[in-house]
Parts: sequence; C-alpha cells; structure tokens
Amino acid sequence: MGIQQIIESLNAELLRTDLPVLSIGDTISVHNKIVEGDKERTQVFTGVLISHAGRGVTEMITVRKLVDEVGVERTFPVCSPRVEKVEVVRRGDSRRAKLYYLRERKGKSRRIRDRRRGLKHVAKA
Amino acid sequence: MPFTLLGTKLGMTRVYTPKGVSVPVTVIQLGPCVVTQLRTMEKDGYTAVQLGFGEAKPSRSTIPVMVHDSKAGTTPKRYHREFRCTAEELAKFTLGQTLTVKDFEGTMFVDVTGTSKGKGFQGVMKRHNFKGVCASHGTERKHRSPGSIGGLCSNRGFGGGLKKGKRMAGHMGDERVTIRSLDIVRIDEGKGLLLVKGPVPGGARQMVMVRTSTRLYKSKAKRLAGGKK
Repeated sequence: MGIQQIIESLNAELLRTDLPVLSIGDTISVHNKIVEGDKERTQVFTGVLISHAGRGVTEMITVRKLVDEVGVERTFPVCSPRVEKVEVVRRGDSRRAKLYYLRERKGKSRRIRDRRRGLKHVAKA
Repeated sequence: MPFTLLGTKLGMTRVYTPKGVSVPVTVIQLGPCVVTQLRTMEKDGYTAVQLGFGEAKPSRSTIPVMVHDSKAGTTPKRYHREFRCTAEELAKFTLGQTLTVKDFEGTMFVDVTGTSKGKGFQGVMKRHNFKGVCASHGTERKHRSPGSIGGLCSNRGFGGGLKKGKRMAGHMGDERVTIRSLDIVRIDEGKGLLLVKGPVPGGARQMVMVRTSTRLYKSKAKRLAGGKK
C-alpha cells in the first residue's frame, strides 16, 4: 500500500456517506450539535453555501445567512460528528466556486437563481 | 532508559473525538524493528540495544552490513540505531527479536526525533525570529537585516571581533530535532501505525525515532499522574 492509501484507509471510517450532494449556491440547513453546560442540543443553521475547501476528512463548508440584516457566516467541518445532518432546502445556480461577492450585495441582487442546469445529474447522485 | 523504535513518517491527517473535537495527527509507520546487536558492559564498555529497521536491497547493501545482520538471523537493514539501557533491561531483549508498535501499548507520551526539512540559507528573521528593522522612520533597504552585531566594548572583551555564537543568517533546517511529550492518539497494530498528536520533524517517507518520553512537560506529567487520557 502506498503512503496516501494508508492515510486514506485511516480516514475511511470517518468519512460521511449520509450527506447529500452539495454544490455552491445551494441553500442548506446544517443540524449542528452544541453543548451548553452539561446539556446537548441541536442547532439548525440555514443559509447559502458560499464556499467549500479541502476534501476527505478535512472538508470544510462555509454557510452564510442574514440575521437582522447582518450577515453571519459559519464554517463547518463536514466530517465532524457534531454535524448531525445536512439538508438541501433549495438548489441554487452559481457559476463560481466561491460566492464571496454576496458579502457586498444587498437587496435583490443578493438573490441566487434557482438551478436549472445539470439537475438531472444531481437527481442521479 | 527510554524504549525506542524506528519508523517512517507517512504524513498528517486529522481524527475526530466522539465529542467532535478535531485532533491533528501525524501517522508514523513504526517498526517492525529487529534487535541486531546487544551491547554489553564486558565487551563494549556500555549497555545498549541496537535496532535495525527498513529493508535494504542486498545489492545496495555492503557485505559487512549483511554479515552483521545475518548474525541476528535477518536480512540486511537500511537503518541501524542504538538506545542505551541498563543491564537488567538489556536482559529482556534477545538477538533477532522483532519489536513492533504493540510494544508501545500503555504509553501515553512519546518523544519523536527526526531530521527537519532543509530551508537553505535563511536570514535572521526566519532563522532566529529576530524582529527586523523598522518599517518606516527612514529605514531604507534593510527592513529584514539583523541590525547591529556588536558594540565598541559590548560582548567583546579585549581585541576586536565578534562574540562566539552570535546569531546570524545561514543554513537553516536539515538538522536533528526532537519533539518532546507528544500524545499518542491511537495505536494500529494491524497496520503497524502510530498516531501522535501534532507535527513531527521532517518530510514524509523520512526515518524517525520514537521513544517513550524522558522528561515530560509539567502539564503532561500532571495528566499522567492523574491517570486521565
């Protein structure tokens, strides 16, 4: 076995297979477990997926939403056991890999089109 | 004395604890090592265990090495290293014995020794963490320079010349480095892997030496005493 295969075989047990296929521009809700004192509860963070970085166990996704007209971004490690599940609320259409331009947008121009292209492919996956 | 094994650094990845904390780990392929010689007080004047690690092609090896290793009943090894031990500890080892990562079971902390990555000729800011010279206030073309390297009388004694050991620019890296008190995150006996928390010196595929910790940092010694993992 090569070096990379050995490391990936270690990672294999941590990889998530229960998550839907996510693409940039999608509106998603991340169910995140948080610990408050000795209690644990699930917090749902819903927003636009604006960036994803890394692959395998190091994959991170950034989700942006608006709270009282103030932008809030959170970055989640996809493979963390704290991320309970991820749901796709809406498929968005994006031509870019990173939607950082949304930070400067306001009002109507902040919207993202519904995805029409390539939906067949997503349904299959 | 600390128990030592030789291994190969494979690279880094991360693991998650059940609570969801991400732990950066270095994967080390540790062993199997063969005891190729036992140094005794009568014969050598000191007591130590010599280990052989890594296969070497017979065509790439030399006849003295092949004969030396065949005395332990094994094929020629690429690396040979010794670790000191007392005469009582030496009695536990036998010539030709195979040591694996399993022997590290029950250990919480290890020291890892390796050869750091070579950085080439580097300036004082990168090599010795100097602060450099002011960005403004009239500074021109010497923002990363060491500044003054000696005064008229300071550090000098009699006669000109710099104090020995003055830190200057020069070759950095590619030297023996030991990282102490690393946490063992996991031991994978089947694959012969050791996962330690944090980085270790050198690049992937490089030989590293792993030993049980000799001097623990205070906080880690406390954890060991408390028996918490």
